[in-house]
Amino acid sequence: MTDIFTKPELDRRTLLRRAAAVGLLATPAVSMLSACVGSSDDTTQEQATGTKSADNPLGIDPKAGVEIVIFNGGLGTKYATDVDTPLFNKKWPDAKITYSQAEEISTIVQPRINAGNPPDMINNSGSKLMDFGAIVKAGQAADLTDLFAAPSLDIAGKTVADTLVPGAIEQGSYDGKPFAVNYSYTVFGLWYNAALFKKNNWTPPTTWAEFTALCDKIKAAGITPFGFAGANASYYMVRAIMTSAGKIGTEQVLKDIDNLKAGAWTNDAVKQAAEAWAGIGKNYINKTFLGLRHTEVQLQQNQDKVAIYPCGSWLENEQAKDTPSGFEYAIMPYPSVTAADKLPAAAINAAAGEIYFAAAKAKNPQGGKEYLRTMLSKEAALEFTKLTKSLTVVAGASDGVTISPGLTSANDAVTKAGKDVFMGYLFDTWYKKLDDESRAAANDLMFKDYDAAKFCDRMEKASQAVAKDSSVTKFTRS
Amino acid sequence: MRHGKYPFIIGFLVVPVALYAIFVVWAYIQAFYLSVYEWSGLGPVTNFVGLGNFQKMIHDTLFWQSIKHNAFLLILLPLITVILALVFAFLLNVGGGHKGGVTRGVWGSKVYRVIFFFPQLLALAIVAVIFGRVFGPDKSGMINGLFPESWQPWLFLADERYAMACILVVLVWQAVGFYVVLFSAGMGNIPQEVYEAAAIDGATRVTLFFRITIPLLWNTVQVAFVYLGIAAFDAFALVNIMTVDRGGPDGATSVLSLMIYRNAFEFSQAGYASALGVVLFFVTLSFAWVTLSATRRESVEA
Repeated sequence: MTDIFTKPELDRRTLLRRAAAVGLLATPAVSMLSACVGSSDDTTQEQATGTKSADNPLGIDPKAGVEIVIFNGGLGTKYATDVDTPLFNKKWPDAKITYSQAEEISTIVQPRINAGNPPDMINNSGSKLMDFGAIVKAGQAADLTDLFAAPSLDIAGKTVADTLVPGAIEQGSYDGKPFAVNYSYTVFGLWYNAALFKKNNWTPPTTWAEFTALCDKIKAAGITPFGFAGANASYYMVRAIMTSAGKIGTEQVLKDIDNLKAGAWTNDAVKQAAEAWAGIGKNYINKTFLGLRHTEVQLQQNQDKVAIYPCGSWLENEQAKDTPSGFEYAIMPYPSVTAADKLPAAAINAAAGEIYFAAAKAKNPQGGKEYLRTMLSKEAALEFTKLTKSLTVVAGASDGVTISPGLTSANDAVTKAGKDVFMGYLFDTWYKKLDDESRAAANDLMFKDYDAAKFCDRMEKASQAVAKDSSVTKFTRS
Repeated sequence: MRHGKYPFIIGFLVVPVALYAIFVVWAYIQAFYLSVYEWSGLGPVTNFVGLGNFQKMIHDTLFWQSIKHNAFLLILLPLITVILALVFAFLLNVGGGHKGGVTRGVWGSKVYRVIFFFPQLLALAIVAVIFGRVFGPDKSGMINGLFPESWQPWLFLADERYAMACILVVLVWQAVGFYVVLFSAGMGNIPQEVYEAAAIDGATRVTLFFRITIPLLWNTVQVAFVYLGIAAFDAFALVNIMTVDRGGPDGATSVLSLMIYRNAFEFSQAGYASALGVVLFFVTLSFAWVTLSATRRESVEA
């Protein structure tokens, strides 16, 4: 038999190649994928501009092309290619739109940003989205103040800002300046099958006592009353806890959390909310959900095995192909936890999402903004809602148009809440690490120890660790 | 042809060396450079922090948890895989006994050989998805589906006590086939006469295995340990795809490679991720060095 280790080829080639496969490649991958660490100078390429006028409020060069990158995910790309681009070209026939789509936005766009040659308008979304806070901090996103102050494309007498739902601009603002259009409008609440509820004479609860009483009835009917997917979607549960906390003590509770204020997580409102939900976890959840993915739990709901599911209004569209006929999605606001809740039971959490931004160092950022102005027209917004079954931040764009039961229900809930629509929290996008911690903590709270005090203490500790970490870019809101 | 030799060699090497220098060496230097900076992964690299990232690591409980999990794999993955592969290889090659001057495997060993190698043909991502279903925590999971209806379902990956063991099972399942083939090749090199002589002396299969196969195969087994040890530092794909909350529940399956990925691309902490990568580099290198020096001693003695 040969002594293979005395042969030098095997030493170097095989052993080190295997070592390279693990250690040697894992490390450089960081710099490889971010690409071009060296090009850190601040020189900006020449940018296209035109003369500002009433017809051209953003002062774009009518002949300069606009390059856009659209994320190809749950919303598809049809709204961009079939609605927004034709609409843009109707007004600016000489500006050529260069369109491309990507499933992994950071893989495509981040190297171009670092090379100083980004596309003009970018749809930053999906699981591979870029950390938008870091982009703003690095000065790569264009200030959108002029866009929001410009007149709306098709709603006469109003600026773009006037046409949007409350909180839409704030959602994309960093330290008071707007940098992103959060285009889609998501309504959060507890989703249920209206047909199933009607059949069993169940009514959506408004108080916590009614909620647990309903859960008992559902349980008696052999259905799991409440569920969420622990394996990859426990942030739906984080939102449930946070929304309840917000209803107990107003949005200020959530603002304090976002601002990393000491004691924000150990606030009574958060404690009460965590305690109330821990009770639901202890009595009404199916333990196996900790190991399931969102699609699996959502499928169980479609099969009427789970009654109530916390989610956003994208749910109906996401489940469209699995929803049996006769299943009617409907949303209820979170029930009040205590009788002393500062917000009414009808108050609802609705937030703008899906980031679109103009790159500050692109060839034609003003053109990118004009494209955004086109998207924010009433016509484009209605078509977007029709195509994607998702509301937009353009207020009332789809009023009076019946699209689907879930969307109608969400629209009604927002109308009923009136002024008590609140945006919620931003810490999950601002501080990914804190987001991560909250997911694990929510799983523990709902599946393992039902310990509200531990949940609060753990989050408080994580939040203060982020506050003290100088490597994390901080943001504030008021 | 002497004068043509160097241009030929240089022409042959210039492309691979350039590729290696740009995509491995240069990227490596950058990683070392980035590890002493606080850098989000976007924009200019300006904030020098010296060993700050490494200090942060010492206080990061998830880092120590991940090291622990890598160590768990480093100890158990090579051990279990090598033992299983040795037993199977023995059964396939020698276990059938001795007939007409040729040692044979157990009945049907040709078919088994193909079956054992199958897992090697599957991409790791596919293996992860398949085993995600095998370990499904409710009745739709394959293993739970086999249990009687009255049993409480086992949570597997959703139970932090067993989650890491589930990962280990998949890694072993995937690796065994390859090492069965490797050991089979090694066993093919063992002279028939040795087995014959032993069989004439009345050695049982167990004796054959421990007294003849293992000692004569020892060098190949050592190679297997090195390979598997290095594989134990990875496990990224499985953990990323299979586990609850990626690396959970609550960090119960986090490994170094996953931490690097998440810090670099999700937490915007490319500097910290580079520091973690530097640590992984040194850990892997020391493992290789320890193993190499240990085996060198062995071969001198042999």
